[in-house]
Amino acid sequence: MTANGYAQLAADVLAQAKTCGATEADIVVADGETFSVQVRVGMVDRLTKAREKRLGLRVFIGKRSATTSTSDFSRASLDRLVADTCTLAGAVVEDDVSGLPDAGHMATEQPDLDLYDDTVLDTDTQIDWAKRGEAAAFAADSRVTNSEGAEFDSSSGRVVLANSHGFVGSYKSSNFSLSVSPIATESSTGGMQRDAWYQVQRKFARLASAESIGQEAARRAIRRLGARKVATKRVPVVFDQETAGSLLANLCGAVSGYGLYKRASFLLDQLGQTVASDLITIYDDGRMVGGLGSRPFDGEGLATRKNTIVERGVLKSYLLDTYSGKKLGLPSTGNASRSVGESPSVGPTNFYLVPGVKSQQEIVGSIKEGLFVTELIGFGINMVTGDYSRGACGFWIENGELAYPVEEITIAGNLKHMLKDIDVIGNDLVFRGRIASPTVKIAEMMVAGN
Amino acid sequence: MPEPVQLTTFGVTEIEAQQALDRVKVRDVEYADLYFESRTSESVSMEEGIVKRAAKSVSQGVGVRATAGEKTGFAYSDELTKRDLEIAADTARYIANSPKGHSTVPVPTQQRPTRDLYPIERAKAEVATAERVALLNEIDAEARRYDPRIKNVMASFNTEYKVVVVATSDGTLVSDIQPLSRLQITCIAEDRDNRQVGSFGGGGRVAFAYYREDGRHLRYAREAAREAILNLSAVDAPAGVMPVVLAGGWPGILLHEAIGHGLEADFNRKKTSAFSSLIGKRVASDVCTIVDDGTLPFRRGSLNMDDEGTPTGCTTLIEKGILRGYITDKLNARLMGIPLTGNGRRENYQSVVLPRMTNTFMLAGDSDPQDIIRSVKKGLYAVSFGGGQVDITNGKFVFSASEAYLIEDGQITKPVKGATLIGNGPEILTKVSMVGHDLKLDNGIGTCGKDGQSVPVGVGLPTIKVDEITVGGTQR
Repeated sequence: MTANGYAQLAADVLAQAKTCGATEADIVVADGETFSVQVRVGMVDRLTKAREKRLGLRVFIGKRSATTSTSDFSRASLDRLVADTCTLAGAVVEDDVSGLPDAGHMATEQPDLDLYDDTVLDTDTQIDWAKRGEAAAFAADSRVTNSEGAEFDSSSGRVVLANSHGFVGSYKSSNFSLSVSPIATESSTGGMQRDAWYQVQRKFARLASAESIGQEAARRAIRRLGARKVATKRVPVVFDQETAGSLLANLCGAVSGYGLYKRASFLLDQLGQTVASDLITIYDDGRMVGGLGSRPFDGEGLATRKNTIVERGVLKSYLLDTYSGKKLGLPSTGNASRSVGESPSVGPTNFYLVPGVKSQQEIVGSIKEGLFVTELIGFGINMVTGDYSRGACGFWIENGELAYPVEEITIAGNLKHMLKDIDVIGNDLVFRGRIASPTVKIAEMMVAGN
Repeated sequence: MPEPVQLTTFGVTEIEAQQALDRVKVRDVEYADLYFESRTSESVSMEEGIVKRAAKSVSQGVGVRATAGEKTGFAYSDELTKRDLEIAADTARYIANSPKGHSTVPVPTQQRPTRDLYPIERAKAEVATAERVALLNEIDAEARRYDPRIKNVMASFNTEYKVVVVATSDGTLVSDIQPLSRLQITCIAEDRDNRQVGSFGGGGRVAFAYYREDGRHLRYAREAAREAILNLSAVDAPAGVMPVVLAGGWPGILLHEAIGHGLEADFNRKKTSAFSSLIGKRVASDVCTIVDDGTLPFRRGSLNMDDEGTPTGCTTLIEKGILRGYITDKLNARLMGIPLTGNGRRENYQSVVLPRMTNTFMLAGDSDPQDIIRSVKKGLYAVSFGGGQVDITNGKFVFSASEAYLIEDGQITKPVKGATLIGNGPEILTKVSMVGHDLKLDNGIGTCGKDGQSVPVGVGLPTIKVDEITVGGTQR
């Protein structure tokens, strides 16, 4: 169906909701096509192709609200959906702050953020990308002996959002990605290590070569061979771009409106306070052209924008939608994120830490003994207290060099202190996802091993 | 036994299903199946003392799959017309070497279900939202009554009602109705500047009445509140290698992460698992016997049949310390020439089948749990855990404690803050020196993620002693 077709469908459903007693309502319609091919050891392992569509409805009856969704767009199904939603809304309790954003606040312009690429790739081209990525990993080094495969994905879709204020918004987006996951084996011990490298782009033409991704994946797997445990001790810890991004994601969760009003964040009541080292400035920019987290309007139809979250260590803004904002007595920051069929929550757009001046090599070079972290596993983060304890692997730093790979260790601390203990920021910011960070160094953390 | 679900529920005739299978099963395609699924999910949730959210979602669709050698072709559609089935069939068979040649697929014949592990009255699965709201209100009141320092209670009740019909190229047509529900409670406790969290929950393939039996929902509320209050006095966790006693029940997540994933057949066929080629070898001490059992009535991880229509079973993974078997789906059982265990599972019609765990647990031993604790001079007693994760290839796994205590001179002393435990899968169970006689299964809260797909699972464990494991705290 076309955008206009969906807009008409949305208008019909909104009208129907009004008849059922809804005082306000909004609707999200999403559809798309996905293609995915996984190649393993040179052969197609799995090929998946589909079209999907989904419609989500949220109604308000006064201050009561409910949310529903369906993939069946037939008239009968949608009539039932509207009736069900209104019945559900009648069953919950009134919530004083619930409701749509004010009519006057809806996005008035919808800029083209260059999120969509109409390139249509045939199946064999996509298989070829995956094959070349994996082959490059095997060719890079004879110690690459096996593979969890290489995967090429392409998807495109459209989102239409409409509400009872008369707002109708729509945009198209696409994604192209390649990931390669080789396995390296150490001939002497038979020990195996896996690692991966990937790339995602809105535009097919912007993808780096399949070969370069495969080679990087191989380099990462091989450098882990021979990893060992280290003794338990406190040392400086350097996070590479990927793992520093995960720290930034933890911070992002802590400044999200929902955790804050529920008092389930370690950054309660800190607006205007110093929450991180003065080296830290963080932006969330929903309007970055071609950005993986960009969108012209948010999940409630409010304009996205560039927000300063942390400026030289001081917390300047939370991430808010209308509801969590009202709970905290603040306006929305345009960060409503919406999965079809759920009420809005809060999410980052393009959330990034402003880079510093030092290269990763200079940062590592400045450390006599320490840990360079390249992967974190597990869920040992308590968002209420900030307590942090995660499995890690990476490299032991000795006299400014990466001396040997390490694994089966944990790093522990508390995020409140870790953010303040960041004492160097790298110059190597690259946007590989919605959350991006350069390399960072934390002055000291507890590393547990032997 | 429940009545079988007819394909016509999905607006599809048996002939149309057979024609679609016929279209997929070109030369080289060894196996094909159609997975019809309809799912209704409902949730109500409360916070700040009011039930403010209710949601419902319905989805229906078909997944069409063909396998040829190691290759899988897959397509899915949320439309179920004859034309949509044909398009999906054409995509799925793309992986066959040649689109020509043909082997005729038998007309699928409907098979009656052979058992009913979750015989809840289907009519009663429909509970008025008002009753769910009342349940959550009582939970909120109970948690706050437990201690005035409980400042917020977040509770949610989720149900799912899933109808599945599987038609396969080997001529079977089977169905199942899979109810599932879960109650989850999180409490925030505050004492001046000290804020802590505690959680508890449970569920299974059970009826709504289960949650009120003997005040179960109120007990869950008290448990969540107790954990939050307890954590107000927790001290920093120790760092380094030490003996750890794991309590029974949910700490069985250790088995799920440390060995369960590593024994899924796909990783072993591809030789990417740290357990590849260890069948018949010792991977645990001789007090350890571990099974994966999908046949336990009402459990969250149980299924009458897996998502390929194979009846689930009880598979011995480790017997007295020796690795006995892998868990399999049809593709991997065929390629590896090993038994089919009924572990082929998928999140929904939009995802492919993978070998997955059901309920994974260690059988009871003969030690007294008190003796186990008394045997530790200095170590950790871990009672409850958050999530865990494993790197299949190097075998390293983690899981994070949410309620734990120091053991000093054989006595449980202070509560400690959460800490991640890290170990090596093929080694860790060789360090299990004592196994209690108190096997407990978890309350029904587990969700396992693999390859982006989530499926409900169960775990279980008696009290056990692990002689050494690295504890990731902050204190020397």
